[in-house]
Amino acid sequence: MSINRKELTEMAELAKLDLNAEQTRQVGQSLNQITAMVERIKKADTAQVKPMFHPCQFWMPLRDDVVAEPSRKTELLALARHADDNFYLVPKVIE
Amino acid sequence: MSQWDVVIGLEIHVRLALDSKLFSGASAQYGAAPNSQVSFLDAALPGTLPVVNERAIDYAVRFGLSIDADIPEVTRFARKNYFYPDLPKGYQISQMDDPIVGRGQIEIETDKGAKIVNITRAHLEEDAGKSIHDQYDDWTAIDLNRAGTALIEVVSEPELYSAKEAVAYMRAIYNRVTFLGICDGNLQEGSFRCDANVSLKPTGSETLGTRAEIKNLNSFRFIEKAINFEIKRQKQRLERGEEVVQETRLYDADKDQTRTMRSKEDANDYRYFPDPDLPALNITADRLAKQRAVMPELPEAKLTRYTREWHLPEDDARQLAYDVAMSQFYEQSQALTKAEPVDNAKFLITDFNALLNEQDSDIKSTNISPGQYAGLLDAMSSGEISRKIAKQVLAEMWTSGESAETIIEQQGLAQISDSGALQSIITQLIKDNPNQVEQFKAGNDKMFNYFIGQVMKQTKGQANPAQTKQILEELLSNE
Amino acid sequence: MINLSIRELNQLLEKKQISLPELSSIYLDRCQQFNPLLNALLHINDDIQPEQLLTADNATGLLSGIPLIHKDLFSTHGVRTTAGSRMLAEYIPPFDATVVARLNQAGMMSLGKANMDEFAMGSSNEYSYFGPVNNPWDLNRVPGGSSGGSAAAVAARLTPVATASDTGGSIRQPAAFCGITGIKPSYGRASRFGMIAFASSLDQAGVMAVSADDCGLVLEAMMGHDDKDSTSIKADPWSWQAPQDAAMQGLKVGVIPAWIEQLTDDDIKQSTLSALETLVEQGAELIEVDLPHAELAVAAYYILAPAEASANLARFDGIRFGHQCADKSDDINDMYRKTRSEGFGAEVQRRIMLGTWALSSGYYDDYYCQAQRIRRLISEDFKQAFSQVDVMAVPVSPEVPFKHGEKSDGVNMYQADQFTIPSSLAGLPCLSMPIQPAHNLPVGLQLIGPYFNEQIILTTAAKFQMVTDYHRQMPEAFV
Repeated sequence: MSINRKELTEMAELAKLDLNAEQTRQVGQSLNQITAMVERIKKADTAQVKPMFHPCQFWMPLRDDVVAEPSRKTELLALARHADDNFYLVPKVIE
Repeated sequence: MSQWDVVIGLEIHVRLALDSKLFSGASAQYGAAPNSQVSFLDAALPGTLPVVNERAIDYAVRFGLSIDADIPEVTRFARKNYFYPDLPKGYQISQMDDPIVGRGQIEIETDKGAKIVNITRAHLEEDAGKSIHDQYDDWTAIDLNRAGTALIEVVSEPELYSAKEAVAYMRAIYNRVTFLGICDGNLQEGSFRCDANVSLKPTGSETLGTRAEIKNLNSFRFIEKAINFEIKRQKQRLERGEEVVQETRLYDADKDQTRTMRSKEDANDYRYFPDPDLPALNITADRLAKQRAVMPELPEAKLTRYTREWHLPEDDARQLAYDVAMSQFYEQSQALTKAEPVDNAKFLITDFNALLNEQDSDIKSTNISPGQYAGLLDAMSSGEISRKIAKQVLAEMWTSGESAETIIEQQGLAQISDSGALQSIITQLIKDNPNQVEQFKAGNDKMFNYFIGQVMKQTKGQANPAQTKQILEELLSNE
Repeated sequence: MINLSIRELNQLLEKKQISLPELSSIYLDRCQQFNPLLNALLHINDDIQPEQLLTADNATGLLSGIPLIHKDLFSTHGVRTTAGSRMLAEYIPPFDATVVARLNQAGMMSLGKANMDEFAMGSSNEYSYFGPVNNPWDLNRVPGGSSGGSAAAVAARLTPVATASDTGGSIRQPAAFCGITGIKPSYGRASRFGMIAFASSLDQAGVMAVSADDCGLVLEAMMGHDDKDSTSIKADPWSWQAPQDAAMQGLKVGVIPAWIEQLTDDDIKQSTLSALETLVEQGAELIEVDLPHAELAVAAYYILAPAEASANLARFDGIRFGHQCADKSDDINDMYRKTRSEGFGAEVQRRIMLGTWALSSGYYDDYYCQAQRIRRLISEDFKQAFSQVDVMAVPVSPEVPFKHGEKSDGVNMYQADQFTIPSSLAGLPCLSMPIQPAHNLPVGLQLIGPYFNEQIILTTAAKFQMVTDYHRQMPEAFV
């Protein structure tokens, strides 16, 4: 199963990666090698087998509905490249 | 007539009334200072992990039970992947294949009568933060307080065939979630938002037309207008031979029109997969039983019971059934009184309510207990006092906190039902008012009320009205 | 000093033959002295932290005062944590990973952060933004990856212990390449909170040290339920019980003939067989087992791990933390793309693309879900095997540490993970311990235990290390 250039461009867009022509070619080549390798899994007989999404053998735990986190505003905004005293800032988005 | 059938499906986002968020322990309260209710997880710092809020599960189960839906034994969370600045992780934790609520149904009121609308599913998901575009010229400001708060998304089958039906359905879900106590119902604060999928198909056709989605409607009035505009817009296009584009639109209330939205989700492939940070959840029979036990009787059930068993008129029944606190007070007092349910209801809705309004209070805050109120009802039903006096007694109960019995006794408010006493009073009045008697005999019926009034005046309103009328009629006819 | 075990170091401290600061200083000095040769560490503390000293003074237990290095995948409060990436080159977490907090509490003295393959994606530590790590046994060769820095640091005795992580072999393979012992516990045993996520259903925190005994002591302190991690097991606390003697009577050891056949390097094959002989000499019984679906493990892994990674790495968008592209973008999409393309290295970008593909609609069922089905089959294969044996002894890597740049093609490297990936998919506890070198380079033997049974693999390794001294060897250049 071979991935074509159009699919690669779509995937790069979904993943928000900026690949130039050469990079796209290289990634395409790698991916095709890998997909050739992973193709083999299709041959396995898995008709009666359910996917194993988690290796855990237990159910999800739940937590009480209580406010347990203080405000982290200062610490968090300090980590951001662009922020004012109250908000994270990003280039203007038009909806 | 129209050659087009309208088909509408609604996706409603209900914000759950929880103290903390769905996956983090940050506060979920509305209106806090920007970015002051954001945990490290909500900001998606590397290494942070989600832990599910138990009450969110309970509320979802409660909703599902109330619409007679299947609640699966195993439910899973899934990642919905897309990039947007108010979506910190670059994915939303939602549900895909195993939602917590399966197929259910709800009844709506249409002008053709009641209609059952099927609900495809309902699932839990986290809300995104807020993007604020008008704070700066060159920047969009992001507030993550709302990011991670719990939503239930309720998806209807495309079975609504007019804007009015859509509103009725929206109302039905709104009433349901507020009644169950799982949502605070605050439309201004965005606790209840609706996306409408609208399409047209040629009348008689089986195939659904292309649909457009109108997003983020949070007012009953606007949703009706938005849908009607959209129907008109699509009809115009189709009649011109143009296609309807599958897209997302926003409703502009000022201009009363929908317009294309440059979608945050314009990449359509969300690449859903089960969230590896969250093992599957087992919904036990215990949990279901517990939710069934705490679930209040639904207004619809109450309405049926009030009209069928207690013979309340429809309007009165509806008014009580859909008011949680009122219906509770009503039922509790009814259990303690000998009065007829109809009379109880009538007094509660009119006189008691009037007092509450006067006092700028509500039934939950009143200092009059259902038991005390039942005592007042008994005094009325036994004839001890008239309804008019009862109103007075109620007001007195409010201020003094005393029981009806005590007040009636202390103030000597007991109705005068002694026919001998009444007879003497009336006889005297007739003697003292010969003019009025003449006028009555001449055909002026208003004079009858004059005499009633006089009796009441003399007895300070305590004369038994029915008996007074009877005796007055008798004595006047003898004149 | 630097070749002493934790127990021996503890004795010295107890007897006050050396003070806490003195012990840490010895290692800190070695870090400063030797790191330029190895590039194993991304951060070395300037000095001993007073708070750490205080905690260590007050902590009882064997780990108190023992120096430690954390793989730079673990969030350390106030100390830069990069995950080997430009994306986090300046990131300073405002909290500790649970594993870090626990080892701090046990009194361990954290000296610095270890270099690693970017976001734990790699098997040679050649993919770090901060430059490759050199194998202390031969500076022209790789130490393995992704925990290459941790492994090199322990091998060169810059620290007696290092934390590390393993997703598809990232502890075991570098441990083998550097001639030290490294263990990955069962999935869910060590909290993932604060550990920067690569593939959530596979990642596990673990330990690297000179001996199995040392690993056991540290693992015990590290492991245990964490309610901040929903994939963390609730179980009775586990305590490492070191064996009294090296006798292995009655121990059934599973071996996979097919895997040994696949060792084309004769010297490695010899070392492996020789190690198995040693087990037999101690009384163990070798039993042939098979994992019929293991040949599909690499394929399944290279779908699952990148898929989960593609979502886990979506949070790196430059908005709330980490690298953001220098030029102010006019457009948010532009900002995303530039930031991510600058911040992520080529291997990471390749895996993100692969993961995005595997989850795309149209491919999700055939690849992602299929891989999860194979995962179940492999897990069942192991269960089958463990019904016949107590522990499994298999190779770690088909090759000795290769030269830098020798494997320029990433895809080439993937296949070499064939022996480590199956137990990762099944979530089983596994370790690598040094055996007879091949071509004068380190070789490891992998021990795999049933789910939850760290004790048996550590015991078997500890016994092996009682009668051999491969683990005590250290590279000449660093003595």
